[in-house]
Amino acid sequence: MSYNNELYQQVILDHNKNPRNFRVIDNPTHSCHGINPLCGDDITVYLNVGDDNTIEDISFQGSGCAISKSSTSLMTAFLKGKKVEDARVVFNEFHRMVLGELDPEKEENHLGKLKLFTGIREYPSRIKCASLAWHTTIGALDKKSEGISTE
Amino acid sequence: MPEAQTAVTDETIIDVDKIRADFPILSQTFNGKPLVYLDNAATTQKPRQVIERMQRFESEEYGTVRRGAYKLSEKATRLYEEGRQKVADLLRAGSKSEIIFTSGTTQSINLVAYSFGKRFIQPGDEIIISTIEHHANTVPWQILCEERGAVLKVIPVNDDGELIMEEYDKLLSSKTKMVAVNHISNALGTINPVEEIIEKAHQVGAKVLIDGAQSTPHMKINVQALDCDFYTFSGHKMYAPSGIGGLFGKMEVLEDMPPYVTGGDMIAKVTFEKTTYAKPPQRFEAGTPPISQVIGLGEAIDYINSIGLDSIARYENFLLEYGTKLLEEIDGCRIIGTAKNKASILSFYLDAVHPHDVVTLLDEDCIELRGGHHCAQPTMQRFNVPATTRASMSFYNKKEELDALAEGIRRAIQVFS
Repeated sequence: MSYNNELYQQVILDHNKNPRNFRVIDNPTHSCHGINPLCGDDITVYLNVGDDNTIEDISFQGSGCAISKSSTSLMTAFLKGKKVEDARVVFNEFHRMVLGELDPEKEENHLGKLKLFTGIREYPSRIKCASLAWHTTIGALDKKSEGISTE
Repeated sequence: MPEAQTAVTDETIIDVDKIRADFPILSQTFNGKPLVYLDNAATTQKPRQVIERMQRFESEEYGTVRRGAYKLSEKATRLYEEGRQKVADLLRAGSKSEIIFTSGTTQSINLVAYSFGKRFIQPGDEIIISTIEHHANTVPWQILCEERGAVLKVIPVNDDGELIMEEYDKLLSSKTKMVAVNHISNALGTINPVEEIIEKAHQVGAKVLIDGAQSTPHMKINVQALDCDFYTFSGHKMYAPSGIGGLFGKMEVLEDMPPYVTGGDMIAKVTFEKTTYAKPPQRFEAGTPPISQVIGLGEAIDYINSIGLDSIARYENFLLEYGTKLLEEIDGCRIIGTAKNKASILSFYLDAVHPHDVVTLLDEDCIELRGGHHCAQPTMQRFNVPATTRASMSFYNKKEELDALAEGIRRAIQVFS
């Protein structure tokens, strides 16, 4: 039995149940702690970035709702092997997509599988759940030692 | 044969269908589905009596209060003060001058923390709250303690979410100047033993504030019998509009307190050399108040009284017991807050589904719940959960709505399994 719900698609449910790259990287080159104070999502993202600016490894740990967990899981799978500058481009696109400012069906983009989260724009209270992972990753790359809070 | 007499039960003590007809929003459908509104601890819906009374005031009777010597203003002032009298009667205050209108419980507590605190809290003094307070009854005291060099003490709770009174006894001392606890916990539904808390605090000379945001719509309150020094409430949690609420304070305590917000209406006389303050309650009501909201609040109190708080308490307790049983039967569902003495609030945690996902999924069926920390993060920390899902029931809810809730929870678990 399933809800007729654009948000909780099978891929999202699967990544929630079996999150990818759900582990700690020892001695990462970058890491950041992100929280969503309103609902208590709490994640830490770890990255190993090579000399050529390639994200060689990326992982996360933490707890949160299905949207935040699956978004983080999908993000890590997506970013592994990508260049840092490309990650920033996709962050920008993802952010605009969840806010409803970018329609991935109409505008050129690099979102690929991440388009799954298009439907989140219909759920204003859940946008931060989906974007926390990305804010935290950018925070790690920018070496924000104080962490990231969505509020 | 004589007609069989049906005994009145907790379920039939009120005519819920008749009551529902008074609330326009309850007959609305959203996406073709009827509204199942179970977020009453956050805010309640309004009966047409309240809506219509405010509309009539705004369209036919509106004027400012306490100033104009013309008909509209005189009538508005009379209606406004009648609202104050209705609050005084509801809380069984000795005098309506002991009722101060505020924007709600949050402002009421801030008023006391700022005004009473500024005058009476000294370095080394202690203020006691409990683990299961709303942030509105935590943060103002925390800030006061920081500013005055006072110490905040916290009454712990047991695994059922009941205050551990032996620990409270140990916290009390001659250093205790204020005890501030809720009557009913918004996150767990625990009804606290406020009579005992107040009596023991007074024995050491402390004042007591009771946060009544959750209790005023659910049970009879008698501030004189309780002997509390302050009692707070919020209109929008008792079928009145938002933006209005109040504070009961004992006159002898209020008289010694300086103003909180200053300006017009709170003065006796102003010169550039010195201003003397008006007596309570005017001293604490600077500026033009929310007039039609007060009149709406008075109407909401009349409405509550027309059903009767004893009947309301019995019926809501029936809903609580019915809902508790349904949730207990669901595998992987844990009720957070299992106090013996509880109001109609059901907080729960599902092993398989995060509270925010529960709320979004059930919203598909127009079942409206709250998921989150309920502005009570220390309570969540105490029970080792990041958040809970909460169903809070009013006298306009039906047991069939709780059946729908239980079915929705089962379906959410299934989706996530």
